[in-house]
Amino acid sequence: MATPSASCRRLQAAGKVPAAETGSIMSSQAKVIEEPKLSRDEVLRYSRHLIMPEVGMDGQLKLKQARVLMIGAGGLGAPLGLYLAAAGVGRLGIVDFDVVDFTNLQRQVTFSTTDVGRPKSEAAKERLAAMNPAIEITTHETRLTSENALDLFKDYDIIVDGTDNFPTRYLVNDACVLLGKPNVYGSIFRFEGQVSIFGAPDGPCYRCLYPEPPPPGLVPSCAEGGVLGVLPGIVGSLQAVETIKLILGAGDPLIGRLLLFDALGMKFRELKLKKNPDCPLCGANRTITKLIDYEEFCGIRGEEAPAAVTTVPEITPRELKQRLDRGDDLFVLDVREPHEYQICNINGYLLPLGDLPRRVNELDSSREIVAHCRSGKRSADAAEFLRKAGFRKIWNLKGGILAWADEVDPSMPKY
Amino acid sequence: MPVNVMIPTPLRPFVGKKSVIELKAASVGEALRALTTEFGDLRKHLYTDEGKIRSFVNVYVNDEDIRYLEKENTPLKDGDTVSIVPSIAGGR
Repeated sequence: MATPSASCRRLQAAGKVPAAETGSIMSSQAKVIEEPKLSRDEVLRYSRHLIMPEVGMDGQLKLKQARVLMIGAGGLGAPLGLYLAAAGVGRLGIVDFDVVDFTNLQRQVTFSTTDVGRPKSEAAKERLAAMNPAIEITTHETRLTSENALDLFKDYDIIVDGTDNFPTRYLVNDACVLLGKPNVYGSIFRFEGQVSIFGAPDGPCYRCLYPEPPPPGLVPSCAEGGVLGVLPGIVGSLQAVETIKLILGAGDPLIGRLLLFDALGMKFRELKLKKNPDCPLCGANRTITKLIDYEEFCGIRGEEAPAAVTTVPEITPRELKQRLDRGDDLFVLDVREPHEYQICNINGYLLPLGDLPRRVNELDSSREIVAHCRSGKRSADAAEFLRKAGFRKIWNLKGGILAWADEVDPSMPKY
Repeated sequence: MPVNVMIPTPLRPFVGKKSVIELKAASVGEALRALTTEFGDLRKHLYTDEGKIRSFVNVYVNDEDIRYLEKENTPLKDGDTVSIVPSIAGGR
């Protein structure tokens, strides 16, 4: 075996091969300001990469020169950030405006219990920097918007989408296509994940896959639907693999393919993903040439209006408590699911929202009914349904059982 | 012809929590109609009020998107797998 200094010199010499000759997606964008090389410590740190021909010194130097922007430092961002930092991606950007809360710790493995309350971007940077001080980490503690996206993205080669909502996913996609940057996409729900690469040259974009987002309320978020803690660990790790492959120019990238992962069935499946010739963003006759209002595109502003003119009156948790204590004849209707009832309840009558239409005859329309759920949204739908069904004395508990825990019973667990 | 329809997690509550449903159908449209006839709650998640497949739901026969085959008229043969793949957005 060669001495460290001899192998070091040899690897550095190999590193002088210009990136443009090696077929990486980075080659056209990477600006080599100084001749790249690895320090002695870096050679040791990355030795398990360096001894593989698929990475080697050339590949490790490409990683060192790479600039990757992570959108979101949450469930997907946790393994992604850890593995990209560990792999030696030279410049990592983190966009996240959120703060760490207790419900994050079940899956967002970059954070410790002591990080609760801290900005995620700051806590993530500290953790990643502790793991690999040789890389540069830039935090962008801001909400990604149509106004700042192009400016934020322009300094990076690859964008990795680890967000949690449709408006931001369409925004990331559109900004990537407009700038010609690949978007390593991952998304999760309960036990299921999707992974692909959008926005690669000649490859499809997110709009080719899904031209339009679902109307609000039809597809639940992780906060509403739950997610297995390990799932983002797997999907975020897959995004890390694809990001590293793009940087290296190695293997078959997940372009034009949609990978589906089902953790319950423990199955990976792959579907073909074609570039849509009629895509309004990346097709021949494109009509989208700049970023738009994504909240409006996803119908989110449209949804707020009808919610504001709801005709069902609200009762606060304090008012409800006072009336119950007074002995008023109130029927408390809990429209959550049975597994939520097990977590906490206020002795309400359990009748899940989805079952309401066919079980409505279980309710007595002559009694005064207070409907509640977790936060007040489902019970507003239930109350509206009952009102239309002829119920006249119906209230919605404002803020749901979470508000009850805040205002009436602090010993009640929140979820 | 018996085919398997793969149900994604978000839609399983509407089909009795099943992940795969075997049914007999000669085309994709026939398979989806059979499915929404048996499970009425599923209909609004698959179709618009005008009866078109929703634009955030893709349907595949084996690994091919029916938008690039014959859409809902895409024929099915014995043992084909029909996958319903809606968009999901979670990440945190």
